[in-house]
Amino acid sequence: MEAKTGEGGIVITKLDDLLNWARLTSLFPMGFGLACCAIEMMGAYASGYDMDRFGIIPRASPRQSDVMIVAGTVTFKMADRIRRLYEQMPEPRYVISMGSCSNCGGPYWEHGYHVVKGVDRIIPVDVYVPGCPPRPEALIGGFLQLQEIIRKETIRAPRAIQEIMAKRAQHGQPVADADKSADVTISNL
Amino acid sequence: MSFEELRDFIVGQFGEGVIAAVKADNLQPYLELQTERLAEVCLTLHDHEQTYFDLLSCVTGIDNGPEAGTMEVAYNLYSIPYDHHLMLKVVVERNTTPDQPIPSVPTVSHIWRTADWHEREVFDMVGIYFKDHPDMRRILCAADWEGHPLRRDYELQEYYHGIKVPFDQHNELNGFKGEPQQLVGQPTPFSDKREKPE
Repeated sequence: MEAKTGEGGIVITKLDDLLNWARLTSLFPMGFGLACCAIEMMGAYASGYDMDRFGIIPRASPRQSDVMIVAGTVTFKMADRIRRLYEQMPEPRYVISMGSCSNCGGPYWEHGYHVVKGVDRIIPVDVYVPGCPPRPEALIGGFLQLQEIIRKETIRAPRAIQEIMAKRAQHGQPVADADKSADVTISNL
Repeated sequence: MSFEELRDFIVGQFGEGVIAAVKADNLQPYLELQTERLAEVCLTLHDHEQTYFDLLSCVTGIDNGPEAGTMEVAYNLYSIPYDHHLMLKVVVERNTTPDQPIPSVPTVSHIWRTADWHEREVFDMVGIYFKDHPDMRRILCAADWEGHPLRRDYELQEYYHGIKVPFDQHNELNGFKGEPQQLVGQPTPFSDKREKPE
């Protein structure tokens, strides 16, 4: 670690790197698919593209997952279920929107009466993978992008807590300022 | 049996009054039946040893629009042992405002089990009620969806469970301003080509 950073080593920095490294090399997506994009997703999981080598292994339960891949057309009937599954995932959680349909409604953007025009109307999305459907390489590219997002994270400014604080501030509830909330988090650790 | 023989068979069984109209000059001729007598005609067509229509190929709901003021349901029957077809239709009054009664057609789901889901789909998409159907509810759209999407005068609801339904200015509101994209390096591609000589 010293050779890598060239510094004496501050504990927080090292802990950050360790946590981020652990998270980004063991991204467990939730095993669920919605439409034809899911076929490409399964192809990416299988031996041909072998996402296991990035530590990406689908899990059968949202309680054990870090990433949700929204692979396919999101209908309004499914929207409530997706929102619920997302809420069942433990923090930190990430969302990859795979394919045109879940990005923006895709070919159903105008006349698709029962299609949600983008899964970002329901849940926050970290990475959008374009394509109809995207090839497995594109999905792997999306995961590599997500890894870069996670690599930049720090426990001094936990994104999820900051978002909750921002939401509270929006509703006029009392919040500690950003530095204070970060301090509290660290002391709890 | 040919179409004419089938028409004569139905007239012989039920009398002239049961057939409201005959359309025989198109590629797929059909009989338009009295709506309230549909089920008994279908039962005989299914059970009688001369016709034996054991397969209901398709049920189609048609909305003719508020101007016409009618809706139709088309039934495509097929007999596997006799290899003959028949298309039946019923025409019902259309409800244009929500306070008018929803159009109603007798069910045939007790004759052909396949009609169960077909009729539910017709109900879901164009809003025709099937009387005496065992389970008349939506099949594709969410249970609390508003309206019937394949009606001519269907309008999207603004919100569903807090999710905005129409696309609207989603891109603009989410940061994409529609700036012009230069797909190639220079405005006119292939400008390195020589001018065509005079």
